[in-house]
Amino acid sequence: MQDHPTPPEILAAVIAFLRSEVTADITPHAVFQAKVAANALEIAKRDLELGSAADAAELERLERLLGHSGTLLDLTRELAQKIAEGGVTLKTPGLADHLWASTLAKLAVDQPTYSGYRAALAERDP
Amino acid sequence: MVSDDAPASDANRVEQALTALAPRLARGGQAVAGLRRLSGGATQEIWRFDLITGAGAEVLILRRAPGGVRVSETAVGLELEARLIEAAGAAGVPVAPVRLVLEPDDGLGHGFIMGFVEGETLGGRIVKSPDLARARMDLARRCGEALARIHAVDPAAFPSLRRFSPSDLLDQWQEAYRRSDWPRPVFELAFRWLYDRCPAPPPQPKLVHGDFRNGNLMIGPDGLRAVLDWELAHVGDPMEDLGWICVNAWRFGAEDRPVGGFGQREDLYAGYEAGGGRPIDRSAASWWEVFGALRWGCMCSGMAGSFRTSDPSVERAVIARRTSETEIDLMRLLAGDRA
Repeated sequence: MQDHPTPPEILAAVIAFLRSEVTADITPHAVFQAKVAANALEIAKRDLELGSAADAAELERLERLLGHSGTLLDLTRELAQKIAEGGVTLKTPGLADHLWASTLAKLAVDQPTYSGYRAALAERDP
Repeated sequence: MVSDDAPASDANRVEQALTALAPRLARGGQAVAGLRRLSGGATQEIWRFDLITGAGAEVLILRRAPGGVRVSETAVGLELEARLIEAAGAAGVPVAPVRLVLEPDDGLGHGFIMGFVEGETLGGRIVKSPDLARARMDLARRCGEALARIHAVDPAAFPSLRRFSPSDLLDQWQEAYRRSDWPRPVFELAFRWLYDRCPAPPPQPKLVHGDFRNGNLMIGPDGLRAVLDWELAHVGDPMEDLGWICVNAWRFGAEDRPVGGFGQREDLYAGYEAGGGRPIDRSAASWWEVFGALRWGCMCSGMAGSFRTSDPSVERAVIARRTSETEIDLMRLLAGDRA
């Protein structure tokens, strides 16, 4: 049991700092770099908030798809290899659903405003 | 984007060397003023300066290898790039005209000096700026025409340019993906899909720009003013360029305008055919669009490796985390309702 504020709360404060105060008296190039830094911290913050639940769900799907247990990285490697060899295809029951769920979960962390992500959400849940 | 982080000593050396070059840059060229670095890219430095002549001042651009010396292994090299720009300009492609190619004695390393073309290159602004609304109306068509003219340049004039068949390119990017050593089932699916449908080597390989996209185009209110960044040029299948400009990453949110976020594919193709390009095979075009999405994905994911080894910049970390954008694009292309 650590203390508070939590890591996401601390990151939120740094992000706000980078987006407002720090940009007041620096060069345009440094303003750009500060924005990139804020974006990077937002990714880290969302990963802290969403990552472990997404990983657990992904692991459960992979174990069902491949029929045995393992670490997330090992099972993902195994799935990647099976797709490369042609043993698993989009016709394999569960593959498309797994890839959609895992990819959407990544985008929710990495780039939730990305146009392709918003469009995919709209297409899948009209 | 103005970068003012060039060391002063660097700027002094560049200014001295340019001053010595002034008489060769224009009739009556006397001096150089207002030198500043516009960007410090990983592969090229870009500097802007005023050339003072008897008649007034003229803005010119210097592009050179970083520090004058470092040359990327994938780029064609600045001397060849300058010759490609000249050939494309002669074929009717809008370009920023090359004024002078640097020689070793000039003291600036590898590079060239070119005329300044005023305009917008930032993709997001090109897609949204009200000032460019008129230009956007027929920009896809103008891009098609420019590509047809690029593809009409005789590749035999550039024997040192590398030649890549579609399967060579797939092999290269698959190797880059394997080297990154991070499993991506969506990429595996895309590689399978692309290998299963890979086009044969083109019967007549053409000069391919290699990075023709929104972001490498100089746009003014009157339209396409210059095609920039020729460093990834090679000889191969001309359809590569037509697919690359339609990759979702260059639409800057304007999903419904697949050509660079400003136009429709049919307008691009119509301009291409009107400009003398071969009739477009739609299924080949969509193969190259999927290939482009995967290529950009491999480029992004490679950033994670260079972030950990050679360049631990925040920008690289953030680009590495854009890999998932290409994964969702590939899913929509290959496994979506419209696939």
